[in-house]
Order: sequence, then C-alpha cells, then structure tokens
Amino acid sequence: MVLLKNGTVETDLYTDVSSADKLPEKGAILVSLTQWQDQGDALTKRLDALGIVLQSDEKPEHIANDLAHFDVIALEFPTFNDGRAYSYARLLRERYNYQGELRAVGDVLLEQLHFMHRVGFNSFNIQSKNAIKDWEVAAADISIWYQPSSDNRTPVIKLRHDN
Amino acid sequence: MYRYDEFDARLVTERVEQFRRQAQRRLSGELTEDQFKPLRLMNGLYLQLHAYMMRINIPYGALSSKQMRQLAHIARTYDKGYGHFTTRQNIQYNWIQLKNVPDALADLAAVEMHGIQSSGNCIRNTTSDQYAGVARDELEDPRVYCEIIRQWSTLHPEFSFLPRKFKIAVTGSPNDRAAVKLHDIGLRMHQNEQGKTGFEVIVGGGQGRTPFVGKTIRDWLAPEHLLSYLEAILRVYNLDGRRDNKYKARIKILVHQIGTDEFRRLVDTEWQQIKDGALNLPQSEIDRINAYFTPPAYAQIDDETESLNEQRTQNPAFDAWVQANLAEHKVSGYSIVNISLKSPKLPPGDVTAVQMDALADLADEYSFSELRVNHRQNLVLADVPQKDLLSLWTKLIELDLATPNIGLISDIIACPGLDYCALANARSIPLAQEIHQRFQDIDKVHDIGELTINISGCMNACGHHHVGHIGILGVDKRGKEFYQFTLGGSSDQNASLGDRTGKGFPADEAVNAVEKILNTYIMVRNDGERFLETYRRVGMKPFKEALYGSA
Amino acid sequence: MIIANTLADGFVVFLTEAHSWTNDITKGAVAETDEQAESLLTAAKQAEQTNVVIDPYLIPINIEDGLRKPTEYREYIRATGPTVPIPS
Repeated sequence: MVLLKNGTVETDLYTDVSSADKLPEKGAILVSLTQWQDQGDALTKRLDALGIVLQSDEKPEHIANDLAHFDVIALEFPTFNDGRAYSYARLLRERYNYQGELRAVGDVLLEQLHFMHRVGFNSFNIQSKNAIKDWEVAAADISIWYQPSSDNRTPVIKLRHDN
Repeated sequence: MYRYDEFDARLVTERVEQFRRQAQRRLSGELTEDQFKPLRLMNGLYLQLHAYMMRINIPYGALSSKQMRQLAHIARTYDKGYGHFTTRQNIQYNWIQLKNVPDALADLAAVEMHGIQSSGNCIRNTTSDQYAGVARDELEDPRVYCEIIRQWSTLHPEFSFLPRKFKIAVTGSPNDRAAVKLHDIGLRMHQNEQGKTGFEVIVGGGQGRTPFVGKTIRDWLAPEHLLSYLEAILRVYNLDGRRDNKYKARIKILVHQIGTDEFRRLVDTEWQQIKDGALNLPQSEIDRINAYFTPPAYAQIDDETESLNEQRTQNPAFDAWVQANLAEHKVSGYSIVNISLKSPKLPPGDVTAVQMDALADLADEYSFSELRVNHRQNLVLADVPQKDLLSLWTKLIELDLATPNIGLISDIIACPGLDYCALANARSIPLAQEIHQRFQDIDKVHDIGELTINISGCMNACGHHHVGHIGILGVDKRGKEFYQFTLGGSSDQNASLGDRTGKGFPADEAVNAVEKILNTYIMVRNDGERFLETYRRVGMKPFKEALYGSA
Repeated sequence: MIIANTLADGFVVFLTEAHSWTNDITKGAVAETDEQAESLLTAAKQAEQTNVVIDPYLIPINIEDGLRKPTEYREYIRATGPTVPIPS
C-alpha cells in the first residue's frame, strides 16, 4: 500500500489509530469519528498533526463545524462500488469549503482515481507496484468532462462557449 | 439529430483506448476477472449464458442510416450476423469475443456510438418517445433535454457508483410512449399556468421484483433548473439509498420506505443549496442543442387521402399494414411508419445484418436518413411522405419487415430469456413465437384489437411483464419452466401494475391460458372496449374462473 | 462434466481428459465418481487461475442413447445453444 499525493508517492506521516483503545501522546494520527466526538478536547490540545477517518456511513455533516482542526480527512471505501464518499468529498469541498488533504482509503482501484480526483480527493492509499505511472495513466485516460465538479478542470460546456 | 463535436468525439475515442488497455491487461493476466468485471460492465460488456454480450446505447432511440449500417457491420464482422433491440433503446450483440471488443468499440466510436454506462450502477441510457419531434400531440421536443441529460450523466464523477442502476426517461407528449412513470426518474413536459413549458418530475417508478408506479415530487420544474434538480435527486439517492441488499437498492425502495413527502423534502433541501449554481442551464445552451433537432426540409404537400384510400382498397394486405403500423405525423402529407420487429420468423427485437443494411437504405430513400428505436422493440421511420407508403411497404414485405401488428396481440415484448440470458429462469422467445403462431388469423387479431403481451424470463422484468395488458413471468418450478400471468398492467400516462391471476402454468399450457383470457374478454367486453378497459371494468373474477374454474 | 467460458472469446467449453478445453460436449471428460469430479474441478480451477477460462463448475449429465445431456435445462441450453434458431 502506498500513499499517492498530488501525483507523487509520499511517506505517510500519519498513524491510523482509529481502532486503537488509547491515543498516543505524540505523532501525527488519524482518529475515528467516535474518538473525535468523545475526546475532541484532548485531541485539539495535542501539538502534532491530526486527521480523521470517516466510514462510508458517517456523513461529513458530523464534522462540518470542526474542519479547522483537521489536516487530513480520509474517506473510507469499504468496497470499490460503495460510492457514498464521492458525494461526501464534494460536500466537503464545495459546501463546507474544506481546503486540506482529502484522502481516499480502503478499496481504491486505479480505474477510479480520475473520478475521485474530480470530486476533490488529492491523496489516495492504493495497492500499486508503480503508483506514479499508474497515476499518470489514470490522469491522462480521459481529458473531456461534461460536469462542473470539485476540481479545476473546465467542463465541456464552458470550453464550447469559450471557443 | 445530434452530431458529436470535437469534445464528444474525443471522449468516446479516449474511452475506447482506455478499454483497449484494460482488455489487454485482462488477457495478459494482469487483471483478475473480479477486477476486470466492473470495468467491462461499465462499457456494456456482460458474460451471458453462452458468450460475452455487448450492449450499445442508442441515445433516446435516434439512429442515423450511417449508424445503422455500422451496426450491420458489427453484426457481420464480430458477431453472428444479427443484433437484438432491447426495451431500453439499446442494441445487444450476443456472440462478441472479448479480444475483438476494442476494435468493435472503435468502429462504433467512428459513428458516434458507444456502450458507456449501458451497464453498472450508474445513470443509464436516457430514453424517450420514439415519435419525438414528429408527434401531433407533442408539446416540445424531448430529445433536446435527453441530449443535455446524456452529456451531464456521461462519466459523472459523483454518480458512477450508485447503490444500483439508474434510468431516466423523458416525454414531451401527454400520451406517454416512453413509460416515464416506470423509471427511476420520469420527466413529463407540460405547461404551467403562465404557459411556460417545464417538467413534471416523477421518481421511484420501476419494475423488477418490487414494482412501483412513480410518484410526482414536483409538479413543474423550469428547464434552466433541470440539471441541478436531477443532481439533487441523485445526491440524495447516492447518500441514502440502501446498499445492504441489492434487491432493495433502487431509488423506488428509498422513496417507498421514507415516503414521497420526506423524499421531496430531502431533495428540496439539497436543491436549495445548488440551485442557481454552475449547473444552471442557460437558454443559449438549450438553444444550441435545440438547433441540432431542427425539423428536416419537409415538402409542402397535402395529405394523400384519396390516392392512399384507393391503394388500400385495392390491396387488403397493404390496408392492414397502414391500419396497424402508421401513426399521425404533425406535418401534412407525411406519416410515421412503425416497422415491426415481431415477425413470426424471428425472436422479438432481432434484426439481421442484411435487414439492417436494407433499413439504412430505406431510411435514406424515404425518411431523411434517420431511424428510431422504441421501447417495444420495434423501429420507426419517422418522416415518410404518404405518396411513398405503398412503395416502402412493397420493399419491407421483401425484407420480412412489414408484419402488420403494431399494438396488436403478436406485437409482444420479450426479453432474451433463458435462450441467452444468464439470469433467466425460463425461456421467453419460444412462448412469444407460440402465441404469435396461435393468433395468426387477421380478423381475429383485429377483433381482439389493442393488446400488449409482455414476457419476462425472470423477476428482473426486462420484458416489462408488470405493465403488459397481459403480463407473463417465466419461473423455475422444481426444474421445470412455469409461466405466471398478470392482467391489467399499462405503461402509459395511466400506468398501472398488473394483478396476478393465480398459480402459474407449465410451458405447454401457457398459450392455452392466453387463449382462455382472450375468449373471456371477447365474451364480457362492451362494444368497442379494449382489453385493458374491460379488465379495469370487470376485474379479475371472470378471468380467474376461465383459467382455474369456479371456486 | 466441467463447463466454463473461455476468457478470450467467451464461448462455452468443456474440460477434456487431457485437461485441455473443447467446444464439443462429446469430447469433454465425464467424471463417474466424486474423486474424478474433484480432480477435474481442480484442473479447471487451475485454468481459471491462469486466465484460460472463467467460472468453471461441475454439471450433472445423463447419457441417453449414447448422447450426453445436462440434467438441468439451464445447463442443457448453455451446453447446446439457444433453443430458437439463430436469425439469418
């Protein structure tokens, strides 16, 4: 499993403690929604980076007022065909104006990267032997998009009217 | 009709090359079947009972003669020389080989066709009225909005992994020929009190194992808000639709479980946030798409009433065809010609490559080079001058494409059934053919009059049995094919779901059951009363007695 | 017998005694015992792993007048093709 971020492979600085009983005092961590709701005060007092993992049945409205506390929001895909997080991602970007790292975790397929990038994900936990090449292929596969979404690609309707 | 510009063309070409790489990775063993399956399905490639099956979209049923010729070429080059038109304005090839699919898709892309989203849990081919643009009762051309929806829904990044498949249909006429009340979203164009045309939005219709007639969640929606409103519906569904059970995952179950009012509230709440945003449809864009659907250069001619009547009197076979297969055109001197794909010789909806090529030629000669495909598995030449009807009919006869049975008993919808489909429990095609054989007598057929028999080979209801005046569902009962009957279904503006008659019949008694139902109808009907009206008036009792004896 | 679809062309095939694949039901291997069936299935699963075929499984057959006939009508249609003529 590698962390692909903005087109390059990066070291994952975060430890996923979302299923741990006790939170470590130091180090960058990813916590669960329950941990955040139960121990939010303590978590905000830590000095190291903080991220949250939302399961596919946890809507982002639960953290809509807390976004400033998170450096990373990871959205879980329990299976590749559970598409709820595509909507969560757009809501986070477009409705709640979240600007930080939005990470796709779980069953993330190469062929889905372009959809995920379009709805606002900018990092991905994927299984890949050559993630950078995979990313280049996925990003170049399709260059035409009809819909306005959470990325900076220009939808076709605008390209046509600018012509 | 709509023509691709450079952007549409590039997308489809890129998609073909993407699939070519994916197929290569599968053939080389780099991808497992589990990994490849969702990728092939997103391009319309299934693995069926005997072989791969490729499903190609015919957006809202519109087909140019050039495209029809290419469909013939695909059938001849990559398949066994025929294709099957479905109830969703698609064509299916039953014997395609995986190694040839990228080439076949490239050939289709060359004529602006593809299989993108013809399968999978995404927004499928948007369907419409086969008489769009030419119907006398039409308010506005629905194809304009179908094309707008087609573009918006193609590779939609947020809605490509929905809980389940999603079907949208649009009608621009009060007489619904697109079955909009039986779709995940049905859009019916009509005028509001100010005389402005907009959409009634109907959600949660559908067939399958839990059929529902759709419910109206908005009486009138302005066209400029069409896409934002659709996006709001899809988002609510994507977030709240059930994912724990694939049989309960369609939007109809969500609407049913939370109720129409609550569903409407959720959609409106979402819509308020995105309305007047980037999805707002400017009139300039509507006009731009509308320009593609400018009517062809019709000649200024009068209706050919007299000469046509004379031809009909002289030729009873031609008369029967005119009576059954023609519909009124909005322009005088022209007729809409339905081409029945329900000959007794071929399975419903099947067309050979030879017929496809000939149909393309006929479209060039008689109907401005265009054809239509409808949801009853028939074809349409929409713009035929009435003076040419006899000559067209003569040529159709030679091609076995002049069966005079549109809307009559042998115009049967049938899914491929167990002869082709991996999901089916029973066969559909042989039963359709047996019914056709039994009711050959033209006088009897016309005496029975307007009747739809719809046959599905399993609960998934691809043969629309719930909405047939007579619906037939094939089931497997201890290793044998049985057929259950429903009566009183309809897919038009007064849509209704059929009622079960009772226990099913073994295959060799199914046609007799149809005959008993029809004999009962003939016995109890009032003068001029159609089967459906009779059933709605008298109910199940006399039919049940005829089928099962009195209790 | 073992029935499957080939990967590259998708057509229905049967496993032979030599562990190759044939479109001809009369050339496929017939297991008489559970052990033989198990051994055929192992070979078939191997061919699935190496991406030769898709979804191989065992079907019961009867032998009537020397002809092999799958006992379930679904498998019979799968093995012998559509029961209605191919349009031509």
